[in-house]
Amino acid sequence: MTLQEIVDAFDLKLLTEEKPFDRFEVSQGYASDLLSCVMAGAGKRSVWVTLQSHSNVVAVAALLELSAVIITEGAMPDDATIERANREGITLFSTEEPTFAVVGRLWEMGLRASRP
Amino acid sequence: MRTFVAELHIHTVLSACAEIEMIPPLIVQEALEAGVDCIAITDHNASGNVAAVQEAAEGTGLTVLPGMELQTREEVHVLCLFDTLAQIEAWQSIVDARLPDRENEPEIFGDQLIVTAEGDFLRREARLLATSVDISFDEAVGRVRESGGLAIPAHVDRKVDSLIANLGFVPPGLEVEALSISSLITPDEARERFPQIARFPLIQSGDAHRLDEIVGANVFVVERPSIDELRMALQGRKGRSVRIRGKDR
Repeated sequence: MTLQEIVDAFDLKLLTEEKPFDRFEVSQGYASDLLSCVMAGAGKRSVWVTLQSHSNVVAVAALLELSAVIITEGAMPDDATIERANREGITLFSTEEPTFAVVGRLWEMGLRASRP
Repeated sequence: MRTFVAELHIHTVLSACAEIEMIPPLIVQEALEAGVDCIAITDHNASGNVAAVQEAAEGTGLTVLPGMELQTREEVHVLCLFDTLAQIEAWQSIVDARLPDRENEPEIFGDQLIVTAEGDFLRREARLLATSVDISFDEAVGRVRESGGLAIPAHVDRKVDSLIANLGFVPPGLEVEALSISSLITPDEARERFPQIARFPLIQSGDAHRLDEIVGANVFVVERPSIDELRMALQGRKGRSVRIRGKDR
């Protein structure tokens, strides 16, 4: 699945720079708000669903080479975090929807749980 | 210069999770019996019993610092320590404005009691305190420090409510005077398990919810137990110092 397919299916607000998302492969999904768990559990090219918006989210996404982060429940990273995401090449989306709804729809689209 | 034994993380009956014995006279008595010279009262997102504990400690030689254990938006617990009641009240008003407006349900969470210096019942705190305040960890640390306080991430070695568990690692560039570890780990073990904390001074706290958890693991060598002096000790400046006592004391 490409990131573009996810963008098309959801009402996601792109927080970082526009990119050719049809060339970004998403292989699996992961959801947690404990970054220590994410670091242990999320695999490469995952899309990570979380309501955390701290700048450490960007560092974790870069470290694990995630495809994108969907930040739920309307939580908003600050400007410095968004800048940092752009610098590190991390794509951040925001949505008003809760994590459960986002994960459910990603699953319906065929995305499966992440293996590190 | 004098030696002050400090326990900087103590809950009172204002914290729903604290035992009913955590009332001002017993906290003061227990601290004195444990050889502690300086305590901080740090209830969850609240400071309503600080003045009562200060009053209970009058004339005993025990210093009671006004404090709070803040729970940030990220569910990270941070000790916020100040010198004066005016400072903690100013901080409390910021916290109150950003605490979710939800009522405590004592049958589920436990009672949140405001008491007198003698430990007598004054009133119940109606709002649920054991929840996240809508303030980010970064903003909270910045504001506490700007207003002259110490912001010390609590029990960083724990798997819940901790800076490292919740945010994965200590944010690069974080400026705090110290990190606090729990009683479950020694400073050496903590530094081995979390090499990233090497650049921070450590304190150890009993996170006392019961009287026998008032440990007093920190030995400060300072002129007096004020925030400025504790800060200098944590930074190892001007002859001030701090060390954590071993378990064999």
